[in-house]
Amino acid sequence: MSLKHDIEFTLNGVGKRVTVDVAMTALDMLRDVVGLTGTKYGCGEGECGACTIRVDGETRNSCLMFAVDFDGRDIVTIEGLAADPKADALREAFVEHGAVQCGFCTPGMVMQASHILDTNPNADAETIKRGIEGNLCRCTGYKKIVDAVESACCGGR
Amino acid sequence: MNVAEKPVIAAASLIGQRIQKKDAPEKAAGKTRYIQDMVVPGMLHAKILRSSRVHAKIKSIDTSAAKALPGVHVVLTAADVPDQQPIGVARDHLPLKGERVRSLRDEIAAVAADSDEIAEAALKLIRVEYEDLPVIATPEDAIKPGAPLIHPAPLDAHGRPQSLPPKTPIAFAGKADNIAMRFDYTHGDIAQAEAESDVVVEDSFQLHYVTHCCMGVSGVIAEFDASGNLLMYSNTQVPFLHKREFAEYLNIDPSRVRIIQPPIGGGFGSKLDIYPFEVICIFLARAAKRPVKMVFTREEEFLASPTRQPVLLTLRSGCRKDGTLTFRQVHTLHDNGAYTSWGATTPFVMMQTFSSLYRVPACDYHTTVVYTNNPYAGSFRGYGNLQATFAIEQHMDMLAEKIGMDPLDFRMKNAQDVGEVTGQGMEFKSCGFKECLTTAAERSDYRKKHADNIANRNARGPVKRGIGIASMLHVGGGAKIYPSDGCGTILKLDDFANVTLITGASEIGQGSETVLSQLVCEELGLPISAVTVVNNDTAITPWDVGVHASRTTFIAGNSAIGAARKAKAKILAAAAKKHGCGEAALDLRGGFVVVAETGEPVVELARLMRNLHFSDKAELVMTTFYYEPPSVHQDKAFKGDVSAAYAWAAQVVEVEVDTETGIVKMTKVTGTHDVGRVLNRLGLEGQIEGGVVMGQGYALTENLIVENGVTRNPNFRDYKLVTAPEIPEMDITFVESMDGEGPQGAKGVGEAPAICIAAAAANAIHNATGVRIFGLPFTPEAVYRALRGKSDKPHWPAWKPE
Repeated sequence: MSLKHDIEFTLNGVGKRVTVDVAMTALDMLRDVVGLTGTKYGCGEGECGACTIRVDGETRNSCLMFAVDFDGRDIVTIEGLAADPKADALREAFVEHGAVQCGFCTPGMVMQASHILDTNPNADAETIKRGIEGNLCRCTGYKKIVDAVESACCGGR
Repeated sequence: MNVAEKPVIAAASLIGQRIQKKDAPEKAAGKTRYIQDMVVPGMLHAKILRSSRVHAKIKSIDTSAAKALPGVHVVLTAADVPDQQPIGVARDHLPLKGERVRSLRDEIAAVAADSDEIAEAALKLIRVEYEDLPVIATPEDAIKPGAPLIHPAPLDAHGRPQSLPPKTPIAFAGKADNIAMRFDYTHGDIAQAEAESDVVVEDSFQLHYVTHCCMGVSGVIAEFDASGNLLMYSNTQVPFLHKREFAEYLNIDPSRVRIIQPPIGGGFGSKLDIYPFEVICIFLARAAKRPVKMVFTREEEFLASPTRQPVLLTLRSGCRKDGTLTFRQVHTLHDNGAYTSWGATTPFVMMQTFSSLYRVPACDYHTTVVYTNNPYAGSFRGYGNLQATFAIEQHMDMLAEKIGMDPLDFRMKNAQDVGEVTGQGMEFKSCGFKECLTTAAERSDYRKKHADNIANRNARGPVKRGIGIASMLHVGGGAKIYPSDGCGTILKLDDFANVTLITGASEIGQGSETVLSQLVCEELGLPISAVTVVNNDTAITPWDVGVHASRTTFIAGNSAIGAARKAKAKILAAAAKKHGCGEAALDLRGGFVVVAETGEPVVELARLMRNLHFSDKAELVMTTFYYEPPSVHQDKAFKGDVSAAYAWAAQVVEVEVDTETGIVKMTKVTGTHDVGRVLNRLGLEGQIEGGVVMGQGYALTENLIVENGVTRNPNFRDYKLVTAPEIPEMDITFVESMDGEGPQGAKGVGEAPAICIAAAAANAIHNATGVRIFGLPFTPEAVYRALRGKSDKPHWPAWKPE
């Protein structure tokens, strides 16, 4: 019988109380227990960035966190960005600049980009490239993603 | 101004515009539901037990403990599915292996359980006893006399090979040698052409294993209804071919198989074949009488999804002093892996490049595809063309150097042109090849940089700059491989002039639903937002042969245009009748029927639609169209005009080579593509940029390391994809050759951009350092060794089976 633990955290602005298996990853909890599937499994070992979320404002690979690590934290997923006007502009920039193809890496990219936008609103292309280097994309060749984030940064200026 | 002007609607074209991808807003919001995200009520979760030996006989399999684990519903081995049929291009592959494993990925047992965790735990309880067999780790070993057989014939009671009826699949009858396939093609007189050559070069080239690395891992959901009809949620790129194949494996009528494709997290050719996991998932669903979902882990994706195969290639090329190419002779050895998938047929494409990229009077091409105990090869964007181009385009530079000719001039002298019919029977009705060469060269300042870099090779400092050019030819108007290369469209307009476009063409992220909507709207004078695309359900959509051969824009595009033009003719005829004018004088613009000459609105289209609907005759505007390209099947000698159009490109790669570390930095790629015509500029740029960076990975970083049949780096930490800071500056331009058969003049381009990069990089490294490297990838270790003369040049004497 596996060990369970009760945790409480804020998810996309709403309080949440969940009982989770202690061995469960944060990614699995978001997807399978809470039912928010915008956060993607790409590798399960922190190499691809498809599962990027915000934890107390910082971006994290949710596949490398245990669900119990959410206890007492403020969590934002791609679904939580729906309420954020700055993120609206970012999503629109992704659409407008053709930064989306198969779209599987896109939620993680948008999460990472939103963090760049928040912490470095004047980021130039080189800074943006460094900022998303932990997020793999197999379709776009990254250029249009960088263009999108750069335009959102400039748009905020 | 108070004066009322007569409103007119000016003609406006969507062609060449930057059209946003229709599915992008959902994807950017994280709302798109991929197969990984799907939950079907009552579904079970499945896992596969794979071999722990590379090549072995299976002595016994004990699943009793796994079956006893609470939460386990079904455990299957080959013994539980005596009716299983062989899959794959050569029918040499049983999904569940009962007597023998031939590679480390081989499927031995499968579990369906209440959760992934329980299924995983059950796998650990399955005991398999093996008897190891000798491993064939390289294709060279596979063709040695007396080499162990990968698919030996079964023995009868006396220990003699069983005699089975002719046409018994290899999976049951075995194969008396390790040769999976061979391809032999010739045009012209090689001996005479060689005798007429002033210069001849011969080299071997070694191409490595890479894999697709779709960001969405493989997955499938299978369920049967109470009548035994199968519903599959599948990531396939070829739903209609698979519908038929799955029916064959289950021995049921194809009409009882329905395939729904959720949005797909990347394809690149990987989803072109049926794989064991899909068939096994169906077996589990049949046995459990419940929906069963199976999704790979990333490690499993690396181990058990297809690869682009290693190729050993020996090329002999000749030319005259004046720069005229005389002949090419090619022998290749392909590592097929243990089973045959589409990778074995990549020579179809490779030989086109050898025979037809340049004008070459004589060409002799031989490929032998051999079984080994390695992971088996599938199709991958470019389909053999990256490997062929890598060899040819290095030889173009080498020949040019030998005769003292500029490499660009040498290419221009031998480049194909409009009207040419090649030795293989390909007919170039549109061809912007020369313009691609000159444009890419001029924009990159190729000639000057090429000369300057040679002059600067011995300058001080460890970092040397290099520039290299390479060109490519690829099918751009489909490829007639199957009895039909067509696509069907059903189009309907509703009472509000919104269009439902029902197409056989699959969307795998490449943007097909956007470009098809664009082509329809161009005909009907409607905004893109007026179109709903239905493209993912074999029970609804008309037949299509699938996403491959860069065919979708060309084939499905022509099909969509055909349906739209029929709808337009109906609409204009109705409008003309109702408003008493000639239909030739009318057009559709901005949601209105207008007078073509003046743009004066006649009637709002939506209103006309309602009028037709609610009239006495109660007509709805619905049309269908099936487009079959005017291409032909190749004959037995591989000759024939297999595509309705051909795409061309020249790419110039610039590098910085750090001679102290061996690190090659790709600084700039200047690419010019003959795309026929630019349709959606945004989508086209995205395809090209993504392909360039995929080509960069193939050239510099990606390497699936397989040692003695064991994949050593099944993860993103050790299998290095290109990341954002490493991408080159990209200058991409287009040549519009306006293909007469293409939709609005366009040709296919999906595979093209990845094809030249490794070849151009090889030429650039040589330009920088004077050292030519004949094997991929150009990792720091490989380049460092090559620069110091410490790498072994690949060597494979020309060989083909007798």
